[in-house]
Amino acid sequence: MSDRIADPVRFIDERTAAAPAIKKALRYLFPDHWSFLLGEIALYAFIVLIATGTYLALFFEPSVAKTVYHGSYAPLRGREMSEAYKSVLEISLTYKAGLLIRQTHHWAADVFMASIVLHLMRVFFTGAFRKPRELTYLIGLLLLFTSLLEGYLGYSLVDDLLSGIGLAIGYGVLLSLPFVGGPLGILIFGSTFPGKGVFESRMYIAHVFLIPALLATLIGLHLALVAARHHTQFRRDRRHTQRRLVGVPMFPGQAPRSLALLLIVAAVLFLLGGLVQINPIWQWGPFEPWLATNGAQPDWYLGWLIGALRLMPSFDVVVGHYTLIPNPFWGGVAFPLLVLFVLGAFPWIERRLTGDRSSHNLLDRPRDAPNRTAFGVAFLTWVFLVFVFGASDRVYVLFGLSYETLLTAFRVAIWVVPALAFLVVRRLCLQLQHADRIEERREEAEQEAEREHAERVRRREPVL
Amino acid sequence: MRAKQLLVTLMALAFGRRRSRDPEQKAREEESPQGRIVPAGEPDRGAELLVVGLLALATLFAAGFIVVYGEMGPTKTLNTLLGVCIAGALACIAAALAVIARRLIVTEEIEEEYPEESPEEQREIVQLVHDSGSRFTRRKLLVGAAATAGSALGLAGLTPVLSLGPLWDTVPLEATPWYRGRRLVDPGGHPMLASDIEEETFYTAFPQGADPENIGSSLVVIRLAPSALKLPHGRETWAPYGILAFSRICTHAGCAIELYRKPRFQPVEPKPALVCPCHYSTFDPATGATVVYGPAGRPLPQLPVMIDPDGHLAAAGDFSGRVGPAWWGVRAKPS
Ligand code: FES
Repeated sequence: MSDRIADPVRFIDERTAAAPAIKKALRYLFPDHWSFLLGEIALYAFIVLIATGTYLALFFEPSVAKTVYHGSYAPLRGREMSEAYKSVLEISLTYKAGLLIRQTHHWAADVFMASIVLHLMRVFFTGAFRKPRELTYLIGLLLLFTSLLEGYLGYSLVDDLLSGIGLAIGYGVLLSLPFVGGPLGILIFGSTFPGKGVFESRMYIAHVFLIPALLATLIGLHLALVAARHHTQFRRDRRHTQRRLVGVPMFPGQAPRSLALLLIVAAVLFLLGGLVQINPIWQWGPFEPWLATNGAQPDWYLGWLIGALRLMPSFDVVVGHYTLIPNPFWGGVAFPLLVLFVLGAFPWIERRLTGDRSSHNLLDRPRDAPNRTAFGVAFLTWVFLVFVFGASDRVYVLFGLSYETLLTAFRVAIWVVPALAFLVVRRLCLQLQHADRIEERREEAEQEAEREHAERVRRREPVL
Repeated sequence: MRAKQLLVTLMALAFGRRRSRDPEQKAREEESPQGRIVPAGEPDRGAELLVVGLLALATLFAAGFIVVYGEMGPTKTLNTLLGVCIAGALACIAAALAVIARRLIVTEEIEEEYPEESPEEQREIVQLVHDSGSRFTRRKLLVGAAATAGSALGLAGLTPVLSLGPLWDTVPLEATPWYRGRRLVDPGGHPMLASDIEEETFYTAFPQGADPENIGSSLVVIRLAPSALKLPHGRETWAPYGILAFSRICTHAGCAIELYRKPRFQPVEPKPALVCPCHYSTFDPATGATVVYGPAGRPLPQLPVMIDPDGHLAAAGDFSGRVGPAWWGVRAKPS
C-alpha cells in the first residue's frame, strides 16, 4: 500500500542515507523565550530582501550614462538624469507593483538592521556571547557591519540627490584613510568623485552579488555554529541546567511557529511598503555634485556615523604644510572600528576581568552581571547619543536650539551621560539582586511554614 | 456566495480526510514498538474549522492581489491595495499556522543533554596530523616555501584588479579644469557679466565648455564690498570689485556648499559665511574662505577672477589649493 509520508521518506533515505540526520534535525530543541525571536526576525527580513531585491534587479539599470526623462512624472519631465535614477523612477511610478516592491525592500533593510541590533543587545546583556559561543558572536558582529555597508550601497545606487550626497561623504571618508586614501579613492572610483561612470556598476555587483553572497555565507556559518552548540537558555525552573537543555522540538512544535513568524515579518514589511512612504526618490531629483540639501537624513543605521562626523572637533593630523590624517577619518572610520573592536573583544575582556573561563549554556539575567550590564548600557548610551546628534537638524527644527549650543552640549553629554548611566545601572542591578534574595528567603520561609502546617495536620496536632 | 461554497468544499475535503485516516493512524500506533513519539491530544474541530476559514481568507486576499494588479493603473492607490492584499494573505496564513501551533499540535517540552567536547577525538586528530607528517624532516623550509608560493600565487591572482583604475595615482585629485582665461558660465551655460553680480547673493558657476560634474568644476561666486576683504597676502588682485569665487565642494567630506548665511555665533557676527549643510563647516569668504566653524580642516580653494575686456568673468589662474576632501599628503595651507 502506498503511503503519502512513508514513500518519500523511504525514497530520500534510500538515496541519501539521511534519515538519522533528518530525524535529529526535526527534533532539534528551541528554548521558548520571546527574545530568541529577534535573530529569527533578522533572518526573515533577509529573505524578504533577497526576494524583493531580485525583482528590483530585473528593472534597475546600473549606469550613470545621461538620458532625458520623458516618463509619467510631470515635475521631472525633460530633466537630464542618469539611467540608474531614471530606471528607479520607472520602477516607482510606471511599473505596477514596482513601488510596493521597492518600498518593501527599503523597509526590510531598515527592519533587518534594527532586528540585528536588538538581537545583539539581547546576546550582550544575557551573556550569550560567552564560551563556547564566541565565534557565533564574532560572526554576528561581522554580519552587522557587512549589512551596514550593504544598506549604504543599496541606498547609494539610486543616484538621486540624497544618495549622491551620501556617496560624496563616503568618498570623503575613503580619501581620509591614512596613507592609502587618495590613491585608493582613485582606484575604486576610477577617477575623482563622482567618477567616470565605472563606479556605479562596481557598486551594483557588490550590492547584488558580492556582499549578499558574503552575508548568506556568514548567516549559514552563524546558524551552523548555533546548532552545533545548541541554543542557550534561561533558568526558568530546576529542569534548566548547565548541561540539560529544555525546549520545543523543531517538529512539530516549532515549525509552524517559525513559519508563522516568517509570514508575519513578510506581512508587516509588505504592509509598510504599501502604506508608509519611504525615500520618495522622485521628490529629491537627480544628483549633481554641486548640489546639496539641508536636513537630508540617511537611513537610520547610518545616523551614528553622520553624528560622529559632526561631533568630532576640527582636528586633522598635519605635519608641516601637509595634512596626513584628515578629519573624516575619526568619525567615519576610527569611530565605527572602535565600536566593532570593543564589542568584538568584549568576551575576552570580560574573561580577563572576571577570571571566568568556563563554558556557559545558562543565560544571565542582566541583573546577575551588574558590571557587564552597566558597561553595556553606558556603551550603548554613548553610541546612541552620537546617533541622536546625527539628527541634530531635526532637533534644531523641533526645539529651536541653535546648532552651536547643541554641539557643545552633546560634546559634553556623550561622556557624562554614559558615566552616569554606568553608575545608575550598576546600582539598580545590585538592588534588584538584593530584592531577589529577600524574595527567595521569604518564599523559602513560606514553604517551610506550609510544610510544618501540613505536618501538623497529618499528625492531627492542634493547628496554631 | 462563491466563497461560502468554497469554504464548504474545503471543509468537506478536510474532514473527509481526517475521518478516513483515523484507522490507519491507530494501526501505525499499534505497530510502532515504543508507541507514540509525540504525545496524543484531543482533536479540536473548531480549530480545524478556523484554520480552513483563515486559509480561505488568505486565498481571497491573494486573488484580490491578482485582480487589483490586473485592473488598476500604476497609482498610489494601487500600491496601497497591493500591499494590503499581499500582507493580508501572508498574515492569514500566519494566523492559520498560529492556530495549528496552539490548538492542533501537541507542544512538547523535551529535555536533552548539551553537546560535550570530545577529548578523545581531539587527541586522535592531533595524532593523525603528527603521524602523517613523520616522513618530513625539513618542516620549516617546506612550510616557508609553501607559504611563499601561496602568497605569490595570491598576489598574481589579485594583479588583474589593478586594471580597475590607475594604481597609486593622485594626479586626478589635483587636476581641475580651470586655467587662466577660461570663462565662468552660469548653470544655463551663459557667460557671466561682472556687472550682474550683486552683493548678498549666491551664484553657481562652471568653467565654460567643461564637464560640470568634475569635482573641480563648480564654483560659488559672491560679491562683498572690496573694503571688507581681508584676503591672504598675494591675492590682492584675485577679487576685482569684490567678486570672489571659491570651489563649491566642501573640504571636509565633499558635500556641496549650499548655504550663504549669517552665522548665529558671536565672533563673526554679522558677517556672511559660506556653510556646508552636511556637517556645518562654515567658511569666511572675506578672509579667503578660512574655516571659522565646523570640522573642515582646510579653507575652500579660491579661484582668482578677472574681468575680460567685454565685461565677462574669467579665471585668472587655477585654484589656491586642492579641491574637495583632503587625503594623506595634501597641502593643508594654500601655497
Ligand atoms: S562635508 Fe561639508 S562639513 Fe562635512
